[in-house]
Amino acid sequence: MKVLVPIKRVIDYNVKVRVMPDHSNVDLANTKMAINPFCEIAVEEAVRLKEAGTATEIIAISIGNKSCQEQLRTALALGADRAIQIETDESLDALNIAKLLQKVVEEEQPQLVILGKQSIDSDNNQTGQMLAALTGLPQGTFASEVKVEGDKVNVTREVDGGLQTVALSLPAIVTTDLRLNEPRYASLPNIMKAKRKPLAVRPAADFGIDLTPRTKLLKVTPPAQREAGVVVETIDELVEKLKNEAKVIS
Amino acid sequence: MSILVIAEHDNSALKAETLKTVAAAQKIGGDITLLVAGFNCQNVVDAAAKVNGVSKVLAADNAAYEHHLAENISLLVTELAADHEHILATALTTGKNFMPRVAALLDVAQISDIIDVESSDTFVRPIYAGNAIATVQSLDAKKVITVRTTGFDAVATDGNAEVVTLDTVTDAGTSSHVNDELTVSARPDLGAASVVISGGRGMQNGDNFKLLDGIADKLGAAIGASRAAVDAGFVPNDMQVGQTGKIVAPDLYIAVGISGAIQHLAGMKDSKVIVAINKDPEAPIFQVADYGIVADLFDALPELESKL
Repeated sequence: MKVLVPIKRVIDYNVKVRVMPDHSNVDLANTKMAINPFCEIAVEEAVRLKEAGTATEIIAISIGNKSCQEQLRTALALGADRAIQIETDESLDALNIAKLLQKVVEEEQPQLVILGKQSIDSDNNQTGQMLAALTGLPQGTFASEVKVEGDKVNVTREVDGGLQTVALSLPAIVTTDLRLNEPRYASLPNIMKAKRKPLAVRPAADFGIDLTPRTKLLKVTPPAQREAGVVVETIDELVEKLKNEAKVIS
Repeated sequence: MSILVIAEHDNSALKAETLKTVAAAQKIGGDITLLVAGFNCQNVVDAAAKVNGVSKVLAADNAAYEHHLAENISLLVTELAADHEHILATALTTGKNFMPRVAALLDVAQISDIIDVESSDTFVRPIYAGNAIATVQSLDAKKVITVRTTGFDAVATDGNAEVVTLDTVTDAGTSSHVNDELTVSARPDLGAASVVISGGRGMQNGDNFKLLDGIADKLGAAIGASRAAVDAGFVPNDMQVGQTGKIVAPDLYIAVGISGAIQHLAGMKDSKVIVAINKDPEAPIFQVADYGIVADLFDALPELESKL
């Protein structure tokens, strides 16, 4: 079974973002970048499926400029077999990303597409679901467990009240939540090997899709800062303040 | 303008968050229709008809919608979207699941997690886990939007909307429900509670979360947890407050043994009053807390319980 894993290059999750002084966007110049944590979990899940003998080939794919090849090499070092970069200098809406991925799904015919549930930059949580709709495939979002059984996949999902398990007919789209697995580190020999694995570069324009933006970013501002309050010495003082000053308890 | 809001419910009760999503719709402005898609959900339909500002309730009561499978609900909403310029759902796990499908089927972008409305096509939403706030304009004719409810105040429930029963059934037939493992609790929902008390890694184990019970009982509070506490296996994932868990904004939020990672702050910093109990005076949680107390939680919690 072929597994497609779309991944995104984002700011490293340990780095604090800065808003540009002119409020046009966040400032990513000279910032450490990494594979989106949820995408890393997606790669790991695909590799585990291959190790279990369920998956036969893992294709990592990323959409962006040349720098995203760095994250594709990371995916190859973690265990993907080959990679595709869809080259564009534009920052695309999730819908247009999903449309490009739809074309690749049509070409490659994977049985499973595993994506991160959201990227930690735009926090949209859309691409997997949109890809599922465009391809007409069922989806198992926010997965904490993925079990392939014959021509079905059972996906346990993290939902508001707890967990929900759905059965999807294959091919299907899965998006990962935090507790699906703990990604491994790439070993040095695998990092070296990854340099020789195939990485195809294909211009976004070749897919014949209208990639006109559907949204316009008007401004980006820092969030309102909360003022630090007071440190109280005793529980009595705390209870007194909550009752009489904040008036949130009676 | 005409706005379709999809009700969030569990087939027996309308979730309070829906009242806030309707408030967001009112801020956009227009005639509001509320869709209840579920199974054996007459109670929800009755409650939906009382939501202020709603002129019409559409009731789609069919087994195909019982578990809110995205494949089925999205087909129904896409069909109904023909008559509406704005389609709104609550940014909880159900809405997050089916709404991007609706957007893709309508060939429009989705604006996720809005916290404010600037105009009928311009919305405010947090990005980078709330470390930046973006103002985004939709260039599409139809706007598909999910609403983060902490940004809006609930509308009242003394209205009287017309109820229309829908006969169309949209069943994609590609997915089925296997089972739910839902947490049963007598406490209020995290998302709807006016007081939340959360424990972090400092709680040391799951058993110690019982120390929060007595306080929660006295305050009528919901109990939450930080991601560190969930990842350590102390408590189940549905208790997680934070960017990737629940986003809450109660009147009072008490953080116990929580250091205050950015990820957690993103989920609770819009609370009206924040109390932090932590033995580390340098913990970042104190920078957002209105009242902090530097103390060992194992001493502080029993004392707090006794004095409430």
